[in-house]
Amino acid sequence: MPEQKFPDKLQELKSGAWPSFVKEIENAAQTSPMAKDLYGQLNQSYNEKIGHWKHGGIVGVLGYGGGVIGRYSDLPETWPNVSHFHTMRINQPAAWFYRAEDLRKVCDIWEKRGSGLTNMHGSTGDIILLGTTTPELEPIFNELTAIGFDLGGSGSCMRTPSCCVGPARCEWAMYDTLALTYDLTMTYQDELHRPAFPYKFKFKMAGCPNDCVASIARADMSIIGIWRDEIQIDQDAVREYAERGLNIQSVVVGRCPTRCMAWDSKELFIDNENCSRCMHCINVMHRALRPGNDRGATLLIGSKAPIMEGALLSSVLVPFLEIVPPYDDIKGLVNNIWELWAEEGKNRERVGEFIQRVGLANFLDAIGLEPEPEMIAFPRENPYVFYRTE
Amino acid sequence: MPDMVSVAEVADTMFKLVKQAAGLKKYKAMDLEKAMRELYGDRVDKAVSKAAIKELIDSGRCVYTYFGGSYIEIPHTEAAANPQG
Ligand code: SF4
Ligand code: SF4
Repeated sequence: MPEQKFPDKLQELKSGAWPSFVKEIENAAQTSPMAKDLYGQLNQSYNEKIGHWKHGGIVGVLGYGGGVIGRYSDLPETWPNVSHFHTMRINQPAAWFYRAEDLRKVCDIWEKRGSGLTNMHGSTGDIILLGTTTPELEPIFNELTAIGFDLGGSGSCMRTPSCCVGPARCEWAMYDTLALTYDLTMTYQDELHRPAFPYKFKFKMAGCPNDCVASIARADMSIIGIWRDEIQIDQDAVREYAERGLNIQSVVVGRCPTRCMAWDSKELFIDNENCSRCMHCINVMHRALRPGNDRGATLLIGSKAPIMEGALLSSVLVPFLEIVPPYDDIKGLVNNIWELWAEEGKNRERVGEFIQRVGLANFLDAIGLEPEPEMIAFPRENPYVFYRTE
Repeated sequence: MPDMVSVAEVADTMFKLVKQAAGLKKYKAMDLEKAMRELYGDRVDKAVSKAAIKELIDSGRCVYTYFGGSYIEIPHTEAAANPQG
């Protein structure tokens, strides 16, 4: 590894059972001077306990306000090959389906014009290409678009929408998550590339309440597949589970969060009115239970990881919506939300924080939605009861 | 129906605002849109402002910058940038 005046502390990060990013940087450093200096600067940071990156600024490709994250070393004389080390975010295909030949082409471009290091994928879902210089940005963009890729979102843009694998491979998908993701990506190209919001806005599409894309915690708008009618029960298959040793009472009924199930050793009973569609029983006895047939999605709003303020989970906005192209209901609602938030939101205020500031009632009023019981996260905590005498 | 201001005129007015404010204040897209509404009233709408910003960026007269949030500024060399290698 590169000559340096600090003890090599990074080697320790290669121990253990998991893949190590240090190992990957070392591999890349065989051929990439950028990866070599990255190793050196990172090791210096671990020794000094100081980060040596400067972020932000004016880097991008013409016409776009997102997709490139500017990064510079504050030790350019010591580590000249990472003087510029910009990140590029590339819009991933819905549910991350690639042809191997396309991935090879992306890697070839990145090995030629960048550090060769990638992160598959970032928490929003994009392909993250780590480390290039300002003069390489336009050539990389041109070469990527020529093979059908485009930049993803960053800054105050709509971020690259992402979804679970959905009906492509999963039997629980209540709607076509891939089709909706592709449609929203194409419909909102301006919002994806031209930042016009107070802060970022993320869409995540999950096909069912298992929520494999963690949309309930990581998306400003979570669209989670759901069914409205009754869970389908195959009683013979339920009894088969019991005969094979599954303790239905304890593992299924006992862990139903709303206590809406009963099992008398012969028949399973579900009070569907009180089922919260958590998927637990279906996940455990997937050969015996299936979601109902009246399928759509719940739209939720407002979750985010902690950055400016603490973390938030999404809250229900529309309890049930059929998800069918051209998705006009969703787009109409999204446009109303964006208009209000763009106009009234403070700088760097996520939509969930905005709702907390103005109050859900005012927010619903402004976007033209009626309050619904499903929007209530928990009962009121104060003891005041207001009533009118007749 | 009022006579709408042209996209080119709105783009020029936005450009002047951004240029005058350089180094003092950073404008976000919505700040520019609000400023145009104040100036031109109902002679400018969202679509015209949006098209004007597009014109400014696509022509290279302005660029998007990122400092916590995304802003629209005239092209310049920023303090954080290292010289190109
Ligand atoms: S969220 Fe549901 S539909 Fe999507 S992959 Fe996970 S289990 Fe399947
Ligand atoms: S889906 Fe969840 S809430 Fe509904 S019956 Fe099954 S375990 Fe209970």
